[in-house]
Amino acid sequence: MHIFANPVRFLQLARPLTGWCGWIGAVLVVAGLGAGLFLTPPDYLQGETVRIMYLHVPSAWLGMAGWGGIAVASIMELVWRHPLAGIAARAVALPGAVFTGICLATGSIWGRPTWGTWWEWDGRLTSMLVLLFVYIAYIALAEAEADRGGQGRIAAIFGIVGVVNLPIIHFSVLWWRTLHQGESIGITGSSIAGSILWPLPVALVGFTLLFVSIVLMRMRAMLARQKVEARLRRMGTEP
Amino acid sequence: MKAKNQRLVLALLALVALVGAVLLGMSALKDQASYFYSPSDAVRDHVELGRTVRLGGMVEKGSLRREPDGVTIDFRVTDGAATVTARYTGIVPDLFREGSGVVAEGRFTAPGRFAADTILAKHDENYKPPELAGNGMHETGSLKR
Repeated sequence: MHIFANPVRFLQLARPLTGWCGWIGAVLVVAGLGAGLFLTPPDYLQGETVRIMYLHVPSAWLGMAGWGGIAVASIMELVWRHPLAGIAARAVALPGAVFTGICLATGSIWGRPTWGTWWEWDGRLTSMLVLLFVYIAYIALAEAEADRGGQGRIAAIFGIVGVVNLPIIHFSVLWWRTLHQGESIGITGSSIAGSILWPLPVALVGFTLLFVSIVLMRMRAMLARQKVEARLRRMGTEP
Repeated sequence: MKAKNQRLVLALLALVALVGAVLLGMSALKDQASYFYSPSDAVRDHVELGRTVRLGGMVEKGSLRREPDGVTIDFRVTDGAATVTARYTGIVPDLFREGSGVVAEGRFTAPGRFAADTILAKHDENYKPPELAGNGMHETGSLKR
């Protein structure tokens, strides 16, 4: 990882990766969602509403994986003082929050016809809502700290503390009785029939690549801004 | 010990302590954080009559009866060990049916008798196309915690 302590080396890799991940991701997303909309059969019980899964599951995964990424980057920032770690964590925060929001919205839309309610305070729904709030708090904290010329250490500590929510979200349906159903896809297999399941991994990989591309784009923008600010400072004019 | 390693140990210790604290809290919350009572819980915990609670379980097969007024239904909620008779007036979700999961909000009017104000259908983790679903009856093997 220390190779990338040099932003020039990082940028050399990030520039082509942004495009590759973005385009391949977009193609896979279109393929996965298209197949999920038009090619798969409806569920025997839920009917057509099952199709929202192809958007709901990837956004849930990215919302949680995003915070996992923030936590790892935060540890790297605190322990090794890696210069890119703080930038990576802040770049993940906004897209992570957006996907968490998409997950909550699609889940709510699915819940109305399936359960008969838009929202219930059960373990899974509540812990996912907490994740959204934690993202918003992180973004506010990181911005406030940057405004005051801090080194991002407070945001990094918050990034590590926030990770405790991830096992709560994951295990909420196993530990507690919840309205949300248990896991359909586990290590031992899937309780989703193959004909319904197959576009899901396609969409999952597609959205993940798209997410990586967005994060790289944001990291490059942040690095570029740092450069501009440093140059302005050298010229003697505060930005 | 180098400062770098010291920070690493500190960060890992903090992480372990945090996760440990959460796990302890979770296990302590196990009963409180449950979204509904199963019929067996309701008997075991002596849920008092008239208190608003959620009752969850499977709608027992062959137990669903519709009253002459057309909107009131009676059904039995079971978790395999205990059974509660529930009554509800109103429109139920599409997925509410015999042999399927249900979460009812309401109160116990007498031991083993439940008056529901709200009915939610509980979906399980099985997804399949209609032609794989056999006779079209929804069957859930177990009531997962």
